[in-house]
Amino acid sequence: MKPVNFDYARPDAVDAVIRLIADDSRTVKMMAGSQSLGPMLNLRLVQPDLIVDLTGIEELRCFSDGADEISIGACVTHADIEDLRVTDVTRGALPTVANGIAYRAVRNRGTIGGSLTHADPSADWHSILAAVGAKVVLRGPAGERTVAVEDYMVGALEADLRPGEVLVRVMVPRLSKSARWGYYKSCRKTGEFAHAIGAFVTDPDRGISRAVIGATESRPIVIAKAGNVIGDGRAPRLSDSFDGGAVDEILEKAGMVDPLDKQTHVVALRRAIEQARPQ
Amino acid sequence: MAKQGVGASVPRKEDDRFLRGRGEYVGDIRLPGMRDVAFVRSPLAHARIKDIRIPAHLRGSVFIASDIAADTRPIRAVSGLPGFKPSDQPILAFEKVRQVGELIAMCVADTRAEAEDIAAAVEVDFEELPAVHDMLLARRPDSALVHEEWGDNVFLETFVDINMEAAYDAPIKITREISTARQSMAPMEGRGTVAVWHKRMDQLVLYTGNQQPHIVRNGLSECLNLEQLKIRIVSPDVGGGFGYKGIVLTEDVCLGWLAMRCGYPVRWIEDRREHLTAGANCREHHYNITVYADRDGKLRGVECEASVDSGAYSSYPFSACLEAAQIASILPGPYDFPSYRCRTWSVSTNKCPILPYRGVARTGVCYAIELMMDAIAHECGLEPYEVRLKNLVRPEQMPFDNITKKHFDSGNYPESLRQALAKIDLAGLRARQKKGEPDGRLIGVGLSVYCEQGAHGTSVYAGWGIPMVPGHEQATARMTPDGGLELRIGAHSHGQSMETTLPQVAHEILGIDVARIKLVHGDTEYTPYSTGSWGSRCAVMSGGAVATASRELAKLVKGIGAHLLQTEVESVKLENGAVVGPSNSVKIDEIAHTWYRRPQDLPATVDPRGLEVTIGYKPARDSGTFSYATHIAVVAVDPELGDIELIDYVVVEDGGQLINPMVVDGQIYGGLAQGIGTAMYEEMNFDTSGQPLASTFADYLLPGPTEVPAPKLGHMETLAPYTEFGVKGIGEGGAIAPPGAIGNAVNDALRPLGAQVLHTPMTPRRVLEAIRAAAGSRKAKAPELAEGLPA
Repeated sequence: MKPVNFDYARPDAVDAVIRLIADDSRTVKMMAGSQSLGPMLNLRLVQPDLIVDLTGIEELRCFSDGADEISIGACVTHADIEDLRVTDVTRGALPTVANGIAYRAVRNRGTIGGSLTHADPSADWHSILAAVGAKVVLRGPAGERTVAVEDYMVGALEADLRPGEVLVRVMVPRLSKSARWGYYKSCRKTGEFAHAIGAFVTDPDRGISRAVIGATESRPIVIAKAGNVIGDGRAPRLSDSFDGGAVDEILEKAGMVDPLDKQTHVVALRRAIEQARPQ
Repeated sequence: MAKQGVGASVPRKEDDRFLRGRGEYVGDIRLPGMRDVAFVRSPLAHARIKDIRIPAHLRGSVFIASDIAADTRPIRAVSGLPGFKPSDQPILAFEKVRQVGELIAMCVADTRAEAEDIAAAVEVDFEELPAVHDMLLARRPDSALVHEEWGDNVFLETFVDINMEAAYDAPIKITREISTARQSMAPMEGRGTVAVWHKRMDQLVLYTGNQQPHIVRNGLSECLNLEQLKIRIVSPDVGGGFGYKGIVLTEDVCLGWLAMRCGYPVRWIEDRREHLTAGANCREHHYNITVYADRDGKLRGVECEASVDSGAYSSYPFSACLEAAQIASILPGPYDFPSYRCRTWSVSTNKCPILPYRGVARTGVCYAIELMMDAIAHECGLEPYEVRLKNLVRPEQMPFDNITKKHFDSGNYPESLRQALAKIDLAGLRARQKKGEPDGRLIGVGLSVYCEQGAHGTSVYAGWGIPMVPGHEQATARMTPDGGLELRIGAHSHGQSMETTLPQVAHEILGIDVARIKLVHGDTEYTPYSTGSWGSRCAVMSGGAVATASRELAKLVKGIGAHLLQTEVESVKLENGAVVGPSNSVKIDEIAHTWYRRPQDLPATVDPRGLEVTIGYKPARDSGTFSYATHIAVVAVDPELGDIELIDYVVVEDGGQLINPMVVDGQIYGGLAQGIGTAMYEEMNFDTSGQPLASTFADYLLPGPTEVPAPKLGHMETLAPYTEFGVKGIGEGGAIAPPGAIGNAVNDALRPLGAQVLHTPMTPRRVLEAIRAAAGSRKAKAPELAEGLPA
């Protein structure tokens, strides 16, 4: 289990990355924390000619705190968020979820942008960032474009990344004081890949209420108007009005047929909503 | 000096290097000019090889079956049991492959990555054959055949019937289908081999982390057609073995051949994908089992058909039938009952050979019989412990020959159960179950009792007729000129702490400081022959050998000491590392110095053996020691997600005299973790084409620290009557009982739902499926099921 021979570049600017990945005569793979790519290289599931390491680019390792949102560089690690080295604007949601990603050794190196771009459906960031309404910013030869997190995963292990594009930052909106959130992940042991994820954010003052069902076969299922499963988002116990049957139907429509799979995902979402207590 | 002898919890000598990361494993060995090997392995489970194409420029770096044919023989591990069909495991496959991962070509290069590049360039054309992927289907007449010449897929069928029909009038008869998944045992260190031809010694030196170096020498000698004087096996530190590191692998033979052919050192380090998909398979059992009992819970008889998926080949030295045939002899467990019938099949399939894993057949057997004991309890309306107390062998019966003639040497099994129960609040847990949990989870309590035969010897293994029969275990005890003591044994530690415990044994007899006693092991060149470390035998056998050698050495020490004290040898004794006479004493250091450095001070009549002894040991009876334990698990089951949490775990074990109680605790912790793996996590699935479905630890789950609770431990120490100090083997026990205890606890929790899980691992999906099936069957036939479980 050793990788094929490849070239390696560690540029210090995004422009240089865009130039390197534009070379379509060779197979180029971008590498951030390497926590998924590393094993895939060793298993020779990926056999690139060139690895472009993004971790030498200062811009990708910073965050900047705005009035309505925070911009988190793509190479910020899970541990940076877990340890609050990045300002939290989500009333604890992101640091709490970060704390449950895989193991600490993975969190020390794994990055938010790498995880999103790797596009594993069981990854935590897809679900919780979709729930908070985050967006990714992609930069390519034609400039920047912004995509909602839930649209960034096209399918399992496939991100909406056009030729020559690189994910540069993640924009996370600041939740209001009225916001409540919950996150429930079903996995068989600490650090294991999730088999079902429920993520939920309601922010009544901003008129937002989003439920996400993750760790499916493909992209997370976003219920953008979660009112039909939790009411107006202001009741003390939101789960009282949780409609499991409605969620089951949504799952079925999304192509999930196995009754136990559906049950596990419905329960994960309900438990996420049960956690959402007023702060 | 703190107590260092038998029974003292002396800190482990080996921890100084292990805990600092300074162990030396095969993967740490660097020899000048060493090159790396990667193998071309079969991607198919069952296929004919039509053609192997090697790019011309790589031909010198690639070796296939025809290259090695003249110098090697296939691995052939025959059992002498009547009817056993032997298999030839080719060193490199030709004509046909019979499992995914089977070796087809060996590629050598300066680095492993380059060797893998070469392997990727080798093309093999196959004609795929139907895969034998399921051991039950494999026994049908229309099944494809793994070994065509056999006419069926059965290595061996065994049958035992002891007065079975006498049980048929019992009022209670319960039948269940029970199974344990195929696993891949997972030591942290995989296999690995470094081989080099040593010109001066005219010898092939093979470094391989191994539990049984002398057995590997036997196997290599046979497969390479090389006399044993020309083979030296060195086993450095071993990062966990559990049975896998005792097996002679085709890779070992390949590397040995290559080192002789090429003249430079070569190395193969197994990677985790090779390990999981092509190596360490174990455990897959299937039982159709019926128990007969009286209404008071007294077991009248057990009737069982058991199958083991033995895989494609018979592995060396334990063979393909040890596991299944052992089921027949150990299924009765620690229980006393009068009627028994058991038929077993060792079934050949297109999977890797089944290998003995810590506990070997006992883990599956214990799971099966313990689930049935709980079924009897439920049927009789008794607490599970009451049924155990009615049927466990009683202390006044000791020594006890059970229904399959297993000789239970000593012990008080009911007392271990009582002590274990005292560590939980059963009445409180029953009340808590009635009340229900605030979070909706279901609480369950389960127990499991087992016995573990250890250190069974010649009389037991002669009957199996496998390539390895243990005889006398030998040890060498040799003093150095400055008064240190070397112990040499042929077994090898793969985590058992023998560098600490065997010096404790010698210290007990000779009084020499444990710090000045060094264990030399893991090298055929320096150690007496041994079948090695397996079968929970080292404390008894190597410990007994060290004790015997130490006693002989003590006589020699006293002889010289008496001369130096100018007194008769009958008047001296050994005390605190000195020979003490009626009026004065002399230290062992000085005795050693005199023998080696000042022979002029010794009389002509001095015993010429000096201060070195090699001697063999067997217990007074070699039918094995019987250690045992009661495990109790308390679980909380989430009926919505199927998750199981272990909220309490109790182990009360009896290992006879413990040489080092701290080391025994460590053995129990480690075994428990593996037993939890069997119970809840580990599963090597195959699809219908025989493809293994887990190739990394992302797919093959092992319990981690957060999944293994700190158990409440209790020790009993009923001495073994036939061994030195009354020691019993305990190394495997921790891994035997957890599936039974956890399985019973889960089913206890699920009882209100009418559900039960009878297959390991008890995954969330299996739990949810059981709940769903029970709900379905409640709807279908509600009246009959008012009080219990669906059949």
